[in-house]
Amino acid sequence: MIDFSLLPDGGTRWLDGSGEHAEVVLSTRVRLARNVEGFAFTSRARDGERLRVLGQLRDAMPKVESLKGGVILRVDELATPDRQLLHERHLVSRELAGLDGTLAVRTGAALVLADEVSVMVNEEDHLRLQAMRSGFDPLGAFGAATALDDELGRFVPYAWHGEFGFLTACPTNTGTGLRVSVLIHLPGLVLTKEISKVLAGLQQMGLTYRGLYGEGSEVVGNYFQISNQTTLGKSEVELLDQLSRVVRHVVEREEEARHVLLRDAGYIIEDKLWRAYGTLRYARSLTFDEAMNYLSGVRLALSLKLLSSPSVYTLNKLLIHCQAAHVAQYDGRATLSDGDASVARARFVRDALAADVGSHG
Amino acid sequence: MVCDSCRERDAVVHLTQVVEGAVTQVHLCETCAADKGVETTVAAPKTPLTSLLQTVQQQLTTSATDQARCSFCQASYKDFRASGRLGCARCYSTFEAQLRDLLQRVHGATRHLGRQYGSPAPEQLQRASTVLELREQLRRAIELEQFEQAARLRDQLKEVAE
Ligand SMILES: [Zn+2]
Ligand SMILES: [Zn+2]
Repeated sequence: MIDFSLLPDGGTRWLDGSGEHAEVVLSTRVRLARNVEGFAFTSRARDGERLRVLGQLRDAMPKVESLKGGVILRVDELATPDRQLLHERHLVSRELAGLDGTLAVRTGAALVLADEVSVMVNEEDHLRLQAMRSGFDPLGAFGAATALDDELGRFVPYAWHGEFGFLTACPTNTGTGLRVSVLIHLPGLVLTKEISKVLAGLQQMGLTYRGLYGEGSEVVGNYFQISNQTTLGKSEVELLDQLSRVVRHVVEREEEARHVLLRDAGYIIEDKLWRAYGTLRYARSLTFDEAMNYLSGVRLALSLKLLSSPSVYTLNKLLIHCQAAHVAQYDGRATLSDGDASVARARFVRDALAADVGSHG
Repeated sequence: MVCDSCRERDAVVHLTQVVEGAVTQVHLCETCAADKGVETTVAAPKTPLTSLLQTVQQQLTTSATDQARCSFCQASYKDFRASGRLGCARCYSTFEAQLRDLLQRVHGATRHLGRQYGSPAPEQLQRASTVLELREQLRRAIELEQFEQAARLRDQLKEVAE
């Protein structure tokens, strides 16, 4: 099994609950898609080409300040449960982890993980430079990713076109190669049924959304990922600005909705949220969806000051640790049946919440 | 007052919604309000790849343009229409006309207005890596108090840097 203690912060510093609007926005992620000149793009490259791409990055690492002290994880050499764990920590995409349908993990698939940034190697594009921040911090994340981009581009020649900009395997990323996404919790808008309008509005503003667990996945537990849809024809700063303005607006709408809920449906909401907490504290079996929905309730209760514990950090950690591979690892097994997983998940949640008990009103 | 949702039980929860300046009220019974609970009924949108592929299918191409192959990676536009992924950077030149049309449909623009990039020249790449390697060796030599070695490296660095 992979030892996450060897990774900087176990790879999850971005979940520490700090940052602007942390009561609504869990984290901000910026990624820049880059390809190395002279090699076919990943899906068409031969094994040898992908290994040379990885070699170029390995050679550049000691010279690149942002990657100092970083580690290289050969994803292609990890067993399936370990690749699943990395994916559940949001460190690698489903595709890089070889978990996407029938596509096996590719030779040369790797993750470079440093303090502030990480690089997925041989994902859809040769290099996916990433920076994650807790709370709402597009500029901070962009600054870190760009610093890495500037340095790395001096040692690794990028595929570039005078008119189209940075060239990517998929034309939806061409130009800036920039994707900025925020992970946002919108229970108020869901409960007041305003969410559909808000989401429709996002699409008119050139943004898109999806559920917490990646492309095309269902929305569970009121967690949404909002990101820019286009990457070409606007500068990086314009793209960040546009997303920031819309997200701030969504945060305001969410705060209004929470206020309205508490004012107009006070005892029902309060009861619902305390029941969510009680279930998580004492249940003996929890499916993943149940856990996500109750955790959403507890997070809402915290922000409404109905509860004073657990900490946001504990809730964030539970988002990661309630997933299948983490539950199995906790239980000391490679895989679990659904029933066994539900029992182990409930035990993990009980322990985590018991360890984080404050004074409850 | 009857619940707006089930139209059976009495409404006890009155939610105020403000939609574009207009205030509307939603009235729910206790059961329906609790049902709305923390569960989500929002469906996920189409994946980016699905909508890209739909856009690509809408493009009019002749079989001749579909057959042409990229001289570097041997991919055809037909391959791209099937997978949504290009084979290499040169595909952008090979299929420039079709891609410009596609980029316009997807992004509403074809010209990159963001950060510019200057590819490092091969000699520069070589020199940059030599400089960094020498610096690293120099640092190590100083740490190990090998001062003669350090002096030699410092001279070499000066030469390369000029
Ligand atoms: Zn009802
Ligand atoms: Zn090609």
